[in-house]
Amino acid sequence: MARIIVVTSGKGGVGKTTTSAAIAMGLAKKGHKTAVIDFDVGLRNLDLIMGCERRVVYDFVNVINGEATLRQALIKDKRCSQLYILPASQTRDKDALTQEGVGKVLEELSKEFKYIICDSPAGIERGANLAMYFADDAFVVTNPEVSSVRDSDRMLGILASKSRRAEEGKEAINEYLLLTRYAPKRVKLGEMLSVEDVQDILSLHLLGVIPESESVLNASNSGTPVILDEESNAGQAYLDVVARYLGEDKPHRFIEEEKKGIFGKLFGGK
Amino acid sequence: MSTDATIPNFEKSALEFKSTSFSVPVLVIFSAELKQVELQLKEKISKAPDFFKNSPILIDLQFCNTSENEIDTAQLIHCLQDNALFPVGVSGGNDKQNAQAIDLHIPTRTIRTTSSAISTHKPAVEEKSIEEEATPAEPTPPSVENKLISHPIRSGQRIYAKGDLIILSHVSAGAEVMAEGNIHIYGALRGRALAGVQGNTESRIFCSDLQAELVSIAGNYQVSEDLDKAEHCQPTQIYLQEQTLIIKKL
Repeated sequence: MARIIVVTSGKGGVGKTTTSAAIAMGLAKKGHKTAVIDFDVGLRNLDLIMGCERRVVYDFVNVINGEATLRQALIKDKRCSQLYILPASQTRDKDALTQEGVGKVLEELSKEFKYIICDSPAGIERGANLAMYFADDAFVVTNPEVSSVRDSDRMLGILASKSRRAEEGKEAINEYLLLTRYAPKRVKLGEMLSVEDVQDILSLHLLGVIPESESVLNASNSGTPVILDEESNAGQAYLDVVARYLGEDKPHRFIEEEKKGIFGKLFGGK
Repeated sequence: MSTDATIPNFEKSALEFKSTSFSVPVLVIFSAELKQVELQLKEKISKAPDFFKNSPILIDLQFCNTSENEIDTAQLIHCLQDNALFPVGVSGGNDKQNAQAIDLHIPTRTIRTTSSAISTHKPAVEEKSIEEEATPAEPTPPSVENKLISHPIRSGQRIYAKGDLIILSHVSAGAEVMAEGNIHIYGALRGRALAGVQGNTESRIFCSDLQAELVSIAGNYQVSEDLDKAEHCQPTQIYLQEQTLIIKKL
């Protein structure tokens, strides 16, 4: 049985799609057959981040409406044969998604895939609700600032009350915190909430801290999930996240400011 | 005895079953000797004949049965009727006594009891059959509906308790917790807490870390801007004194 993971946040621009792409690639690289679905109908982005935008023929809404089969719509990743992408439709809106239709697609994917990543749109409307409704695990992506933390908290409330698991009285969704765009230097100066501050408000299991990094923007622009950039801090942080999710015990990194050696001081670091 | 059944409405209903309760004097019998009972009964009635005249009466037999002797219910009922009383029910009798009462169209009710007088009197199997026959016990009074929550209350969630509300975690900013009774929060209160929402001015709010957006007791509220900095992030209790909210460190 597949594990359905929703990547959600409430707030926009915190790194949901970046995280979805990275986690999906990370799981697939570990040998697990993984599908990643873009729920952001009308504001399609995942295909850009995954670098497959020129291969989109059919999309999620076509499959829901029965205009295409799943097999036709799924795009196989060129870098990793275990990874498939189901893009969103750019010409439709979120009303094109129905609970029944989404449920059917997820059920069909579950037969073949080990992990299904649902990339949630921002907000708490239809698209976001349907992205999280069928989830088993939730990755709550949060930036270390008050509005993002507040929105994540709201999303957690919705996860606890409006998901299928909640409605059927089953075991609750496993909720994990992913703190993205973290800058230890700014935390030290008091300009940014610390990991402890966020944990104090959300009290969630911390799956990883992704440091603010130029490599994320570069990766997005080039259509390569940042996890493939193993040189970068962000790429390494995502590798850790995937490993932790799969049960490995990895110490948290990138929380403290890096101490630069003499060469680092002379030449500057990334 | 009462029942909850209602009759479906065919055109216009001519009758209705309702569940109601009323008080009836209970005559508790302590002796299985009918002669002795009758004598003492007459004596009591003679003291206030008007009070007892035509009064309905429930017979309680649970204390009168001993291992050797048991009172004859039929004779007892006749004895009461002869003395201008109307027996309306028998409580706590054994099988035979209940059967005698039923023969005289007097309803019976069996009380579950641990008193040795009855339980040693009959084998367990027999007692089971009595229970099945027994008319439903009177409804228990509704318990106070307190609510206990052990997970965090997230932003946007609303919790309502008809009694006291006890939260073993924090209440996030943007969340709202309400109770008709008291509110206890063993964590940070960052959202809104409203106690005594039905007007109970005696209700209080307790929290181990006060950072609330709003606190209210029976409609008397304060928003965070008005809250004293001295109590901020402190364990506090909040109560009402002459229409004024008092916020006090614990």
